[in-house]
Amino acid sequence: MKDSRFKFVSHSRRVQEDRRFVTGRGNFVASIEMDGLLHVALVASKHPSARIRSIDVSAALAVSGVHHVVTGTELSAAVEPMMNGLDTPKVRRYSLAVGQTRYCGEWVAAVAAESRAIAEDAAELVEVTYDPLPYVIDVEAALQSDSPLVHPDHGTNVLLDRTFVWGEVERHFAGSPRTLSFRVSWGRNSTVPVETFGVVARFDPWRELLDVWASIQMPKYAEQIARALRLPANSVRVHYDVDVGGSYGVKRGIKHTVLAAYLARRLGRPVRLIEDRLDNMQSGDAHGPERIFDVSVAFDDRGIVKSMKMRALDNVGAYAGRAPFQLGKPVGAIVGPYRIESVQYQVLSVMTNKAAQEAVRGFGQSPTNFAIETAIDRVAVALGLDRIEIRRRNFIRREQFPYLIPSGTRYDSGDYHAVVDKVLERVDWSGLETERDRLRASGLLAGIGVAACLEPGGGNSSFEPLLNPKNTTTTWMDSCRINVDGLGCITATIHTTSSGQGHETLTATVIGEVLEIDPDRIRIIRPDSLASLPSNSPVGSRMAIMLGGAAFHAAQRLKRKLIAIAAHQLQRPADGVTYSGGSVSDVQTGRLLTWSDLVTIAHRTIHLMPEGLEPGLEATYVMQVPTGRDLPTADGRVQMYPCHSFEFHVVLAAIDPQLGRTELRRYVIGHDCGTVINPHIVKGMTLGGIAHGIGAALFEEFIYDGQGEMTSQTFMDYPLPSSHEIPEVEIVHHCTPSPFTVFGQKGSGESGYLGAPAAVASAINDAVRPLGIAFTKLPIRLTAISDAVAGASGTGRQHTDDH
Amino acid sequence: MNVELRINGSRLHVAVEPRTTLADCLRDHLHLSGVQTGCEHGVCGACTVLIDGEPARSCLMFAAQADGYEITTIEALAPAPGELSVIQDAFCELHAMACGFCTPGMVLVAHALLNRNRNPSRADIVEAISGNVCRCTGYGQIIEAIELAAKRLCESNVVAGELSE
Repeated sequence: MKDSRFKFVSHSRRVQEDRRFVTGRGNFVASIEMDGLLHVALVASKHPSARIRSIDVSAALAVSGVHHVVTGTELSAAVEPMMNGLDTPKVRRYSLAVGQTRYCGEWVAAVAAESRAIAEDAAELVEVTYDPLPYVIDVEAALQSDSPLVHPDHGTNVLLDRTFVWGEVERHFAGSPRTLSFRVSWGRNSTVPVETFGVVARFDPWRELLDVWASIQMPKYAEQIARALRLPANSVRVHYDVDVGGSYGVKRGIKHTVLAAYLARRLGRPVRLIEDRLDNMQSGDAHGPERIFDVSVAFDDRGIVKSMKMRALDNVGAYAGRAPFQLGKPVGAIVGPYRIESVQYQVLSVMTNKAAQEAVRGFGQSPTNFAIETAIDRVAVALGLDRIEIRRRNFIRREQFPYLIPSGTRYDSGDYHAVVDKVLERVDWSGLETERDRLRASGLLAGIGVAACLEPGGGNSSFEPLLNPKNTTTTWMDSCRINVDGLGCITATIHTTSSGQGHETLTATVIGEVLEIDPDRIRIIRPDSLASLPSNSPVGSRMAIMLGGAAFHAAQRLKRKLIAIAAHQLQRPADGVTYSGGSVSDVQTGRLLTWSDLVTIAHRTIHLMPEGLEPGLEATYVMQVPTGRDLPTADGRVQMYPCHSFEFHVVLAAIDPQLGRTELRRYVIGHDCGTVINPHIVKGMTLGGIAHGIGAALFEEFIYDGQGEMTSQTFMDYPLPSSHEIPEVEIVHHCTPSPFTVFGQKGSGESGYLGAPAAVASAINDAVRPLGIAFTKLPIRLTAISDAVAGASGTGRQHTDDH
Repeated sequence: MNVELRINGSRLHVAVEPRTTLADCLRDHLHLSGVQTGCEHGVCGACTVLIDGEPARSCLMFAAQADGYEITTIEALAPAPGELSVIQDAFCELHAMACGFCTPGMVLVAHALLNRNRNPSRADIVEAISGNVCRCTGYGQIIEAIELAAKRLCESNVVAGELSE
């Protein structure tokens, strides 16, 4: 992966952040201590939908050490509702239920006390009297005209219903020799970081200043907190030097923070709210997409897919959140890596009495990729064609980039055929088939899965104006500031929290590359939000592109200043000198000014500086997403993300037909994310994404029972993959640089996860195809497999399982 | 109630409520914040400490139950300020983490494993870390880092059972 063009970029260098973590010195929010801290415990609704008749807090308040019990009525009088991305003003949401609960686990009241234990004791004494109301859990039932309404004032459970037509879909379907249709479902899972969400809030009424420490990964977090609390934005100071213990999208935490900050202001004491695992799973509003896809494709006898119709019905739960937008981002890669000429895409975002969703790794792209890949596999099976050959026939070819897809996004670059070739060479495809057949002969079910997909990277917000015409946001910037002090040491800034992405290493590596200075000598800091330049936080696989880009341009500015100072001193034009390793020399004479000389001139001897240059050595750059400038067109075409990484998965699964247990025997991924800045970091993201995708494919689901209660409340019922479930994964690298970024880098934070669920499902379906059955819903859990296999073997009938 | 705990080589007296878990006692009373709590029901392993050298979940034990045992937390493993143990260094060399939240538990589990088995197979390592959930890495680099640490310890003069604590 090492690229000889670079001195530090693409080299397997250590990650600066790791030293604090291996010694247990991460600055996680639960480790932040301060005098007078109060702790919050929450009272959760036991009903999926109920009118709150009364809340008796007297017994709770009588507990020694309890300071306050706040209810939704009190809170909603003092704060604004949380921001709603869609134009649905009647779907109002506060940190605590106001008058009515809308899902089991929704917070009804919060207790603030001297310790978490006391707060929990008191929370159990809060007596809530409910009048249960009709509720709806199933998304298709919620669409019916006689369904109970989650928000009666909104008049419907539908938040969003829009159909896009890009290209001549009906003509292509009518003129196509073959079509097929199917339904697949994506179960409700999430990223479930090992650290739950936490926040500490402290308000100083004399300074009028709210300090916040939180385990967040949230664009415009400080602004949203200020707006909700009716504070000027410069009265909210978010501390970005908090280490976030995993997020992968979900740690947005607005409702938690508004509640903790309200209590801090009201009680005059710092307040800490750390979710316990039940709070997190049941009430944290951090579930991911839950979707039913109805897909039709029109194709010819050679397997060329001409057109696709997709209807994505998403069960968003009780509030809007950012969930509807997760149907919007896939518009930017709606044809995957394929030359599908026209698409009809219906997005249906529907509320039920389940917990609200939050952004999850890939922002809706992984479920969509699963649906697209299922379509490609089915076309292959329908025609009796090889599943890889059919992908090759449909792939966009290398020479066609930049490639405009029907929905308006121009893909930057790629060489999908080359990646597939490399992977097949690594796996020895015919050997893999032999191994599959050997496993089958030994009495196991065995199958090979394949999946090809894209990871859009660069993260702008084009899905917001696409789905909400009142939102005209097109700016989605990130920033970096570099300062060289009077002794010549470099310090640079990041203006967001990180949750394991290694942004300090990224920034130092990029600046070191430009300035030709050892990145380990560059210190990276995180000013608080009041001292920060704009950032939109690490979402949408954007930071290598955006923070890396901003750091690159800031370093170039700094270098230009150094060159100007030197050229003036050497009495040469700027192109008569050359920068190398921190020194600038006269091209002709070789006369040289060292880093130290230049720093001294900039900091101490203005009489040697060229006219018009400011003293000091500082450079700042605020960078807009490359290619992202325009609002969507009226027919819903838009340039979504700038960069498109490619991944190709091959997996061999062996299944015990009696137990239904799936074992992944071989896993190879081909990965092309352009130029890699730090190979260790990208490797970890890819392997971690695959592990998360295996979880989504086989194990993880938030299940609600007929009473509307979430039954998967612990890690016993919501199993996270352990080292036993994750196979040794082989990564095959390829590099197609992006023409739109400074080093050719693309996004990688969602890699692996975007194709693993499709690949694992493909393997299982290949394994059970001889039995005449197919699985169409993720996760494909052990019991589903054993039941379906027993049913198929027992009756000998052809049978499609839709458990 | 008062309990006397032997932690990282020191004898400490702590006044705790009887219901206080060892994890809460270490974090809240003794400020050993390298002990993380992820699930508090004994599944995720983030709260792992060593009790008489063997990994244990500090969220499933009361502080009072730890009386009489030698407890080791992540804070004890670095040989000196600014330095790293062989295992910690191997974790850094191969980036066997991302967010770092599960890392103290993983390092402690690796420490216990390599203290009793200087030449573990990949299967031994997979088994040893299987009680600790990592959501970031998919475990690959953690396994490789433990293999690297084992190799380096073999090449050094430290004998099994004598890793410093």
